[in-house]
Amino acid sequence: MTERYDVIITGAGVVGCAVARELSKYDLKVLVLEKEEDVCSGTSKANSAIVHAGYDAIPGTLKAKMNVRGAELIRRLSKTLDFSYSQCGSFVLCFDENDIPKLKELYDRGIKNGVEGLSIISGDEARALEPALSDKVAAALWAKTAGIVCPFGMTVAFAENAAANGVEFTFLTKAEDIKRDGGGFVLVTDKGEFYTKYVVNAAGVYSDKLHNVVCKDEIKVIPRRGEYVLLDKEAGGLVSRTIFQLPTKYGKGVLVSPTVHGNLLIGPSAVDIDDRGDTETTADGTAGVKAQAALSVPDIPYNKTITGFAGIRAHEVHEDFIIGETADGFFDAAGIESPGLTAAPAIGEYLAKLIADKSGASLKDGFISERKGIPQVAKLPVNERAELIKQNPLYGNIICRCENISEGEIVDAIRRKPGAVSLDGIKRRVRQGMGRCQAGFCTPAATAILARELGIPVEQVTKNRPGSEQIKESL
Amino acid sequence: MKKYELTCIQCPIGCALTVTVDGDNVTVDGNTCPRGRVYGINEVTHPSRTVTSTVYIEGGALPRLSVKTKTDIPKDKIFDVMAEIKKKKTKAPVNSGDVIIENVCGTGVDVIATKTVKEK
Amino acid sequence: MKHYDIVIIGGGPAGLAAAVSAHEAGAKDILILERDERLGGILNQCIHNGFGLHTFKEELTGPEYAERYIKKVLEYGIPYKLKSIVADISDKREILYISAEEGAVTIEAGAIVLAMGCRERPRGALGIPGYRPAGIFTAGTAQRLMNIEGYLVGKKVFILGSGDIGLIMARRMTLEGAEVKCVAELMPYSGGLNRNIVQCLNDFNIPLKLSHTVTKIHGKERVTGITISKVDENRRPIPGTEEYYDCDTLLLSCGLLPENELSKSAGVALDRVTGGPVVDDKLQTSVPGIFACGNVLHVHDLVDYVSEEAERAGYQAYRYAAGETANGGETVKLTVGHGVRYTVPQSIDAGTMADSVIVRFRVADVYRDRSIAVYYDGKLIKRTKKRIMAPGEMEQISVRKDSFAEKTPDTITVCVED
Repeated sequence: MTERYDVIITGAGVVGCAVARELSKYDLKVLVLEKEEDVCSGTSKANSAIVHAGYDAIPGTLKAKMNVRGAELIRRLSKTLDFSYSQCGSFVLCFDENDIPKLKELYDRGIKNGVEGLSIISGDEARALEPALSDKVAAALWAKTAGIVCPFGMTVAFAENAAANGVEFTFLTKAEDIKRDGGGFVLVTDKGEFYTKYVVNAAGVYSDKLHNVVCKDEIKVIPRRGEYVLLDKEAGGLVSRTIFQLPTKYGKGVLVSPTVHGNLLIGPSAVDIDDRGDTETTADGTAGVKAQAALSVPDIPYNKTITGFAGIRAHEVHEDFIIGETADGFFDAAGIESPGLTAAPAIGEYLAKLIADKSGASLKDGFISERKGIPQVAKLPVNERAELIKQNPLYGNIICRCENISEGEIVDAIRRKPGAVSLDGIKRRVRQGMGRCQAGFCTPAATAILARELGIPVEQVTKNRPGSEQIKESL
Repeated sequence: MKKYELTCIQCPIGCALTVTVDGDNVTVDGNTCPRGRVYGINEVTHPSRTVTSTVYIEGGALPRLSVKTKTDIPKDKIFDVMAEIKKKKTKAPVNSGDVIIENVCGTGVDVIATKTVKEK
Repeated sequence: MKHYDIVIIGGGPAGLAAAVSAHEAGAKDILILERDERLGGILNQCIHNGFGLHTFKEELTGPEYAERYIKKVLEYGIPYKLKSIVADISDKREILYISAEEGAVTIEAGAIVLAMGCRERPRGALGIPGYRPAGIFTAGTAQRLMNIEGYLVGKKVFILGSGDIGLIMARRMTLEGAEVKCVAELMPYSGGLNRNIVQCLNDFNIPLKLSHTVTKIHGKERVTGITISKVDENRRPIPGTEEYYDCDTLLLSCGLLPENELSKSAGVALDRVTGGPVVDDKLQTSVPGIFACGNVLHVHDLVDYVSEEAERAGYQAYRYAAGETANGGETVKLTVGHGVRYTVPQSIDAGTMADSVIVRFRVADVYRDRSIAVYYDGKLIKRTKKRIMAPGEMEQISVRKDSFAEKTPDTITVCVED
């Protein structure tokens, strides 16, 4: 049997989920198809988590438009959809008086792009605001509207809100081919065929694959790996703004930034690679990131490192986002590299509008515009926390001692739709295992809870996709 | 004549012992104290170990009961003893010190519980 | 707000011994807060033998050792709360704990004993390059999964780090049918006890490779193998020395870190080297009325020393809560010289010290036929010859009150000399 949909979105990353959420406002039958076991499993889970102010992109490009609009939407959506966001501001540093014109160029671009709150400050002014900065900082572009966001939180919020409004999700389903069929498409997957009138290609680093089957003009995604180092919350206060350096041809360079959860993030490197799934960290990559970051902030306490990771950006050779109806009924959100996370809600809004117009779909009644996140129990005032535990004692059973995450929150993460089905899925939703012991203490308990909730033996509990089972056998 | 190279474990010094067995005659070199000599001779003539493991416990507050051989058993019997321990299933409640397997593998040594596990 | 004379945070070996000794000293109003489902702490999963030779003059397994103290706690009727995790401690000794049963409760303590233990250094902190697949465990996590929950985490195992937990797990997994390929140690010497190298590795022909480290983890979903490299004297991998091992599991036994997040919330000053609180001879931290003992104070090799130290902390907490302690006002600072990494305690109050104070420390390297020297204000007081000293084995000296008879020194320095 072939399932029939109005719209199928390939990819449940932040862009796919943002599109799904916007489309869920309309009378359309929508499916999100994802090859991994969960949402937010590719580029969306391993990036700088920055809400860019919008001064980087060349005025008039899609990157510029989507960035500025996206930043504005994130500010609003973080409240209505309840995900962590902080408008901490950012600096772009230059280390040579002769480079100040380049800062000015960024400033001018920002003004053209409609970015507010920009100013160029001296090295001394920058150091007064961020004492950890290097003595060599000559000047900085200060963007007060830049921010940081929880990329997992935002993606999950979009997905949950989309699901609440009727969008379906199917995981571990990989689109292998696409064929025209009458007025629509047949998506051929490893789990069977799906019929749809419209396709949204939000497949991240794989977004050129479907595009090139359907569209005449070929695109080419070059996987670009970025390595990061994440430090303990003890080091989180080292800087209070995102610290960039003047961009290079490989991107915005290495940043030093607080995260919304209070950690310190350093990275990324930028290496073009062949394998789109090659997220390994390397000794050279890590060393390079540290050397580069030292120019901005010389004394980073790397003995507080809790993990390193790498993500792949979908760099498209034409340098701009590819967004829009690139073939009849085929809508691209391809080549979404930085500032893709920032742009995601704007891309969602834009594509949903195009599809609604084309299909003639109308806004549906009863759209649920708000979504409440899983309670962050440890952050509640003591009396509210006590009250919540009284209502549901599982919120008083602390599983992850580093991040203070309760069994109740973990159970919520699993039971929500789409819910966590893996240890990483729980981690991304409620931060269990994301702290300084990196799941050393809480792995046994989290594994047991996941097995219980999913009704599977612990030997089948995975870290992420199938094949990542943690336990080999019962004694 | 056979020579064995051992590390003495009687104290942190960890002397490198050479134990020579010539018929009934066993000599130890490299030790710096009498305890090392005794250790060397025992390790070569009848080495022994305590085996510790867990067994399945039905209806217990814990899924596994920790156990040990009450005293040392011959070293070459370690895996035989483990095979017996693996086969064993027991029922809660169990008190620390309770005999779980009598005379395991004919060694004359019992396997005993090292934990008190109450009923669930 | 409910008041307790003494609140002990942690029901592991340190917390139990502290509670027992406080009770025996006369304390009536004690509470132990334990985050796990049972008392005993890490000893519950340390099912191997070798505990208690100093304390009980016999060789016990971890659970048996713990049970000796648990029995006393029950016999004395010392109250304890399980599955109750402390979320915050203030410098006024107010404690917020969380439990499913009681919710979020704030109590007040006359004295606090910190006994939260330590955690293991994870892969991320070690910065091992490669993928982040399933199958990477700290040795203690694998030990818990095996000995408490009853799961074997892997069949082909490589172990990085020759700490005792790693060695113990090499044997344990071998006994349960796993193939332990090798143990690699970054340092040129093992961090574990000789006894464990002999009985956990040599007995099963498991090779120990010193001056080696893991330089790559292979496998996207589950570990499929690891690459190790030899390291130079600066612990940097030497190119060209790579060796590949086919395995499905990597266990890490690469150091323990005292877990002092709560101490910090109370404003307790920490020692950069131990990672634990700075304490005086009463094991009192920089915050009056807050004491520390066990692995939260500094990482121990032997539980017997944990118990002994915790008994002192429990006793001192009792005295503090009973108003029996006064500041003697004569602080002697303990400092370290060549070859010594730290001392615990870091100071002695000469006015109120006991007749003899045990000072524990660790050396920085393996030393053969050297001496431990003790100086009072630069003047050599004592030199003790040692056949061998190693970073993996804690050393101790005792400082006698009567040694201050002539003049109380400002500083005592402990160092290693030829």
